Amino acid sequence: MATLVFVETAEGKVRKTSLEAVAYAHLMGAGVTAIVLGTTSQSELESLGKYGAQKVLHVADAKLDHGVIQVFASVLTKAMQDENADVLVLANSSLGTPVAAKVAVKVKGSFASNVVELPSTTSGFVVKRSIYTGKAFSMVEMKNPKKIIVIKKNAAEAKEVGGTVQIVPYNVALNEADFNTKITATEKATGDILLTEAEIVVSGGRGMKGPENWGILEALAKALHAATGCSKPVSDMGWRPHHEHVGQTGVKVAPQLYIAIGISGAIQHLAGVNSSKCIVVINKDADAPFFKAADYGIVGDAFDVLPKLTEAIKSLH
Amino acid sequence: MKILVCISHVPDTTSKINFIDNSTKFDTNGVQFIIGPYDDYALARAIELKEANAGTTVTVLNVGSADTEPTIRKALAIGADDAIRVNAEPTDSFFVASQIAEHAKGYDLVLMGRESIDYNGGVVHAMVGELLGMPSVSPVMKLEIEGTVVKMSREIEGGKESVEANLPLVAGCQEPIAEWKIPNMRGIMSARTKPLKVVEPKAIEATVKVQKFELPAAKGAVKMISADNVAELVTRLKTEAKVL
Repeated sequence: MATLVFVETAEGKVRKTSLEAVAYAHLMGAGVTAIVLGTTSQSELESLGKYGAQKVLHVADAKLDHGVIQVFASVLTKAMQDENADVLVLANSSLGTPVAAKVAVKVKGSFASNVVELPSTTSGFVVKRSIYTGKAFSMVEMKNPKKIIVIKKNAAEAKEVGGTVQIVPYNVALNEADFNTKITATEKATGDILLTEAEIVVSGGRGMKGPENWGILEALAKALHAATGCSKPVSDMGWRPHHEHVGQTGVKVAPQLYIAIGISGAIQHLAGVNSSKCIVVINKDADAPFFKAADYGIVGDAFDVLPKLTEAIKSLH
Repeated sequence: MKILVCISHVPDTTSKINFIDNSTKFDTNGVQFIIGPYDDYALARAIELKEANAGTTVTVLNVGSADTEPTIRKALAIGADDAIRVNAEPTDSFFVASQIAEHAKGYDLVLMGRESIDYNGGVVHAMVGELLGMPSVSPVMKLEIEGTVVKMSREIEGGKESVEANLPLVAGCQEPIAEWKIPNMRGIMSARTKPLKVVEPKAIEATVKVQKFELPAAKGAVKMISADNVAELVTRLKTEAKVL
């Protein structure tokens, strides 16, 4: 059984979540072929070997530097056929997930997204999916011969396992008709750590009292090399951009450490953070429901606790 | 223009999730069902387009059992013209997408939420697009139509992307594409008599099967730390939780 892994790049760099996808495929135990689309460096391609890829197919076509979903789906479908792959593994993303869905339709495969663990093959091919926005799981049997698996963050640890990799230029004739969506502009927050990939997230709520107070929260995030997030009211009021909104209808995060400051912990917010390994809640209201979902809690004023916490973190390094 | 809005019938976001029948079935006891919050944004944008463009019609479609009819009636009360219910349990993304594709031909715009908040597959729009050979874009935060061109803004990791495509098109929607609409009394009254067609599903061979459900392991009690002893938190995060 061969496994194909779609490795996503951003500005030519391999995304960390894609390394988890390579590690996941490696742990499945079959031969792992990774596929990278668009311009990237030789060293980035070689680095995939360290995480368990034996072969890397590289389509070095600048037309693929921006992810056009239909085009990527056609290329991956062709690669699955050429490589005789039964399984395609991808990391959840705004590009990977829709691409995976289209490939599943094209190859008449079984599809599962939000997969949180390695498959079990003792009785059929069964994956564990996160459902009800992190409030439950389902064990899903993938019945068709071809299987498309989209993993959730932390489904596998991106661990270096050594090994060499063979890099193969892969030429595919692109179908013009697949360019059925045109990307006219991209706007990205630069220099920030991506919320969806961060190991530590520091989030603020209404308890921060106003956008002008975000400096002390950002100082803590900086000391921790963390991404910053916020609650829904904060993004609704325009204190922070929408893409920082963590929750049921916003970004779902799964960091090692989630620190919530001045967030009461409405169930809709918890739905976005319940996959975090460790949750710290800082709130001046001792009755804030978030404490019930936390591992550690501090009852205190954000403006008092945050600077002290930042100093304590700094003294650690 | 003909718009189709696909809605899911899902537990309210505050619902407590439980399973019955040896963890093989969702426990609906005491659960309030709503139009999927993301689908609600799609519906709101469709109604805005209808109000701004004379001759535009909005049809809602749901794949579900008869239990979903109050949810469909609510969508009609919000302003959709008519509705289709495909009489089947929405078991998985491919099944639902296949049912939608059976009825979506002939529509200029097919809108739905970015994902349903029960199974969270997040791919029905992409599968419908694939099945019908139409472009699909998600999650769409802004959608404007200029002639036959649809101009959208889509959320990507850490930012957004401006995307254009031609009609017909499938879009998975999320805020802030439009403000949720609350039905008024007139809407609620007229919804009772709007057409709701029930159709039997197309036979689709299942590609996946849910064997059982599980709840997450219970969380241990929170450890409270004094605000005067922040250093202890840092120590515990490092040595006890091992996350620093």
